[in-house]
Amino acid sequence: MAPEQTTAVLEAEGLTKHFPVRGAGRDVLRRGAAVHAVDDVALSLHRGRVTALVGESGSGKSTVARLLAQLQTRTGGAVRLHGKDVTVHGGRRFRAYCRSVQLIFQDPFASLNPVHTVRYHLTRALRVHGHAGRTARELEEALTDLLGRVRLTPAEQYLAKFPHELSGGQRQRVAIARALAARPEVLLADEPVSMLDVSIRLGVLNLLRDLKEQLSLAVLYITHDIASARYFADETLVMYAGRLVEGGESETVTQSPAHPYTRLLIDSAPDPERIGSAQRAELDEDDLGEPPSLVTPPAGCRFHPRCPHAMERCTTELPPRFEVSGKQWAACWLYDNGSPAPAGES
Amino acid sequence: MSDAVLELKDLSVDYGVGESAVHAVRNVDLTLHRGEVLGLAGESGSGKSTLAYGMTRLLAPPGVVAGGSVLYNAAGEEPVDVLRLTDAELRRFRWAQTAIVFQGAMNSLNPVHRIRTQLTDVIRAHEPDTRPAERLDRARELMSLVGIPEDRLESYPHQLSGGMRQRVMIGMALALRPQIVVMDEPTTALDVVMQRQILSRLVKLRERFDFAVLFITHDLSLLAEFSDRIAIMYGGRIVESSPSADLYRDPLHPYSRGLLGSFPALRGARRELTGIPGSPPDLRAMPAGCTFHPRCPLAFDPCARRRPPLAATSPARDVACWLHATPDTED
Repeated sequence: MAPEQTTAVLEAEGLTKHFPVRGAGRDVLRRGAAVHAVDDVALSLHRGRVTALVGESGSGKSTVARLLAQLQTRTGGAVRLHGKDVTVHGGRRFRAYCRSVQLIFQDPFASLNPVHTVRYHLTRALRVHGHAGRTARELEEALTDLLGRVRLTPAEQYLAKFPHELSGGQRQRVAIARALAARPEVLLADEPVSMLDVSIRLGVLNLLRDLKEQLSLAVLYITHDIASARYFADETLVMYAGRLVEGGESETVTQSPAHPYTRLLIDSAPDPERIGSAQRAELDEDDLGEPPSLVTPPAGCRFHPRCPHAMERCTTELPPRFEVSGKQWAACWLYDNGSPAPAGES
Repeated sequence: MSDAVLELKDLSVDYGVGESAVHAVRNVDLTLHRGEVLGLAGESGSGKSTLAYGMTRLLAPPGVVAGGSVLYNAAGEEPVDVLRLTDAELRRFRWAQTAIVFQGAMNSLNPVHRIRTQLTDVIRAHEPDTRPAERLDRARELMSLVGIPEDRLESYPHQLSGGMRQRVMIGMALALRPQIVVMDEPTTALDVVMQRQILSRLVKLRERFDFAVLFITHDLSLLAEFSDRIAIMYGGRIVESSPSADLYRDPLHPYSRGLLGSFPALRGARRELTGIPGSPPDLRAMPAGCTFHPRCPLAFDPCARRRPPLAATSPARDVACWLHATPDTED
């Protein structure tokens, strides 16, 4: 990631979001209690590259997308677009910001207005961002071009349709076209395929990849499916309980995971190669635990209560990022200089 | 494996009646053997959940079972047709013989009652003669079966995590030692780590109590690992049914092949994936012939005209595709 440092479009540093907790509850009796949804996240998105953010539900990955899109105000840290720190709260400056940074939502059934046609959705996005042209003909060309980009052709056939007349995959393509209408530099895709049928997921992912190449977009791909991150993303970041725990080139992270959490995640993924019951027993380590409460996160490394390699130090000191190889880092004390690699690493 | 516990014969399920009826499940033949895990895979709208609700008579109107039979063979008893049971018989059949863990089951617990009340209630409703202390003991045993500390019996559902609630539901399903457990997307809402824990727990319990599982999901890679046999549904019909290993290594139906090729692999060489072109069929306007032919890369002459029957290619494998049909099979 060092060589591309110069081309970073959108960067975040020390990104933090705490949601205040209101009301009474056993854990929240003290004042000022907060859900530590995102803590100290640093990432940078580069032109023509896909960065995957992988984590379980509740790990804070969607909050990161919303912070980057400036839909929520951050508690701390900086978001830099082309090196300039930006904080916007709506209005004209927000509009200018989202011209560059567009968000695609998970659920194409909810993100399109059911009472409006495809034409309306796209025209509005084009007008708002000033790309509708001067004449009706230019607008028509812009619409045809957009639908062509997401491979909904012939365009006339789709423009008059309402969202309920489209399949899930087609709807998500319309949502992508709407995001492209702003001619963005950054696309934040929050679980863009998890609501779609398995057979059409890849079509949408491949489309996103082609668009990224044609338009040299910087893409943040948020997902819980680490296998699809391997397939689709150049770089993969793994998030656990609000913090980034590992990052690096996708192939390296998925094939030789360094952080114990990433290993747990990868070992837990369904593996058709393990057919039959012969190998089941060994997987059957019973209580693998659950993610911690984010109101009172564990001190030190947040993974230490579940970690098989936890040491004294892990319970008190927060591990910084350690280089594992040129292509990979992990926030884990196991990789502190000189520490031998743990047993079981392949 | 020859011992069938549930046999579906020519089962069809419609939504609505008359001209406007949507045929969600059509002429399905499926056998569930004692003690096996049968995976039922398919995309949304393929009819897999409808099939499960149809065969357990849980369909809500406008769903109607349009034809066929569901034979249940209790050990050492005459087979009964579930579709012909009276209400009283049905009440005895449900839960005691067949239990269901629903999609999003963790939201099916009653939020205002303790776990203990909900577990003992099941036992009381079906076995009214038991004493309260006995019921509580059984509830404790169920909790330990699914790996939850007994003191959690006193918790309310909101005090448990999603994974724990899902395990409580599995425990509840096993309360009366059913012969068949139907699981409709039991782990979709859970994280992969919890998913693995719950499924390996279930496999262990099955080895102990020897019940059969009908496992419905769209995640074929999960099925390949956890089930003995897989049936794949498309457009309301079963298009292929094979032992898991065979299906994974050598899928016969182009749709099965497409589905398997839709999952990026976490291990092994990176390969270029395409998914399946087109979108799933509209149940209101099914294509003629093979319902998959408009999306099939290998479609040829008879596919658009005649529907391929589900026929055996080897003793354990069935496939409905003209590519594998003997040429002289005629409708």
